[in-house]
Amino acid sequence: MAGHATKQIDSKTLWGGKISPFSTSYGKLMMWFFLVSDALTFSGLLISYGFTRHDYLGSWPIGEETFHSLPLLEGNYPLIYVALMTFILIVSSVTMVLAVEAGHRMDRKAVTKWMIATIIGGFFFVGSQAWEWSHFIHGTEFGRVELADGSQAIVKGNFGEIESFTVTVAGHHHQVNDKITEDLKHLYTHAVAEGHVHNDIITLHDGSQATIAKKANSDMTLIVKEFGGTYKMGDEVKGAEAVKMYEEAVNAGEKNRIIYGANLEQNEYGPQHYGQFFFFITGFHGFHVFSGVMINILILFGVLRGVYHKRGHYEMVEKTGLYWHFVDLVWVFVFTFFYLV
Amino acid sequence: MLRDDIIEYSLDAHHDEDTGAKLRKKIWQVTFILTFITAIEVALGSMIKQSSDYWMIIKWLFIGLTLVKAGYIVLSFMHLGDERKGLKYVILIPYFIFILYLIFVLITEGNAIFANLTEFTS
Repeated sequence: MAGHATKQIDSKTLWGGKISPFSTSYGKLMMWFFLVSDALTFSGLLISYGFTRHDYLGSWPIGEETFHSLPLLEGNYPLIYVALMTFILIVSSVTMVLAVEAGHRMDRKAVTKWMIATIIGGFFFVGSQAWEWSHFIHGTEFGRVELADGSQAIVKGNFGEIESFTVTVAGHHHQVNDKITEDLKHLYTHAVAEGHVHNDIITLHDGSQATIAKKANSDMTLIVKEFGGTYKMGDEVKGAEAVKMYEEAVNAGEKNRIIYGANLEQNEYGPQHYGQFFFFITGFHGFHVFSGVMINILILFGVLRGVYHKRGHYEMVEKTGLYWHFVDLVWVFVFTFFYLV
Repeated sequence: MLRDDIIEYSLDAHHDEDTGAKLRKKIWQVTFILTFITAIEVALGSMIKQSSDYWMIIKWLFIGLTLVKAGYIVLSFMHLGDERKGLKYVILIPYFIFILYLIFVLITEGNAIFANLTEFTS
């Protein structure tokens, strides 16, 4: 029994009933009971996700096709970002267990050091998750396209840069021959989603119309996710034909032919309930991480003020440690069932 | 009367520097194992497609590796392995009974709905 001294329990540490169930303190046992109930909640969420996935007739989004971006970098990095998040959380779990170990040696300086490291790791994780959500909500450059036969496809490839819009019909804000060079991607995706791009003419918010100067898309692959008249699930269209079919959808001038990102009403990546489960499960977990960081900060204040040192033991650090490891534990399962399989 | 059934108590869980060094070594070993498993999972996940013939093996491998990781976190980091047997089983057994049952029920039901929908929509 590593880390436990053999010592008679004095009357002060015994529970009210003059006995200590399982030889643990009241606080630690209650923390464990709370964690079991929380584990049941998370399991319920993940299993209902599995239920939905098993009864779904279409094709479910695949982790490495959905999550393949890194901040500040272009290109395809399947799962690297979530792997990094997982690593950050594991490391912060390690620093937490080191803080607990230092607490057992009554080494206040080391406890402080490792608690700070844990808090930093926690903030990094929450920040990463914020980026991930932002990316998930805003969507990819291409979006999800509805092809002419009614099938739905996700798109891979290089998005040709948009250079400028030149106004041909004046609106409230723009005169004829105005050249718009700012915020192009946002204006473009918004107009495409709304069906305001027709035959290479974009209609802007203010009613003005403009021609689009844009480099050609290349290396495109359309992967069919929902079958239509011609294409079946899993069909891939590549090369010039893919570019042509995509352009046709962009220029159709129909609302929702192309969908960008995910929210509670639309979802680029797959069925709507996939998005809902993503937001709920990763959100609920993120909330746990956030509250864990806050609790860790409170405990750190206690450590700095010497509260636990005076008390003669660092059990409070151990108890928050349990909660923090639990957050890591949940993430291990979320990582597997949301991103890997 | 001295009670010999409750001689260990976590509030008094102090240890000396030597034990600490040993524990820290073990912590770093577990860290390495967890990181290594995650790296393997990501490598396999990006190499083998879900349409591959090996996917079923990989999928169950992922689930197995996840359980290994979870075991290390719970038993080593959360020190459940060091607690009394009674506590260990009070935590694990009710949880596993409920969850295995829930997995069985919901996945069976999900598959049944899938089969019925396929039949009636084709």
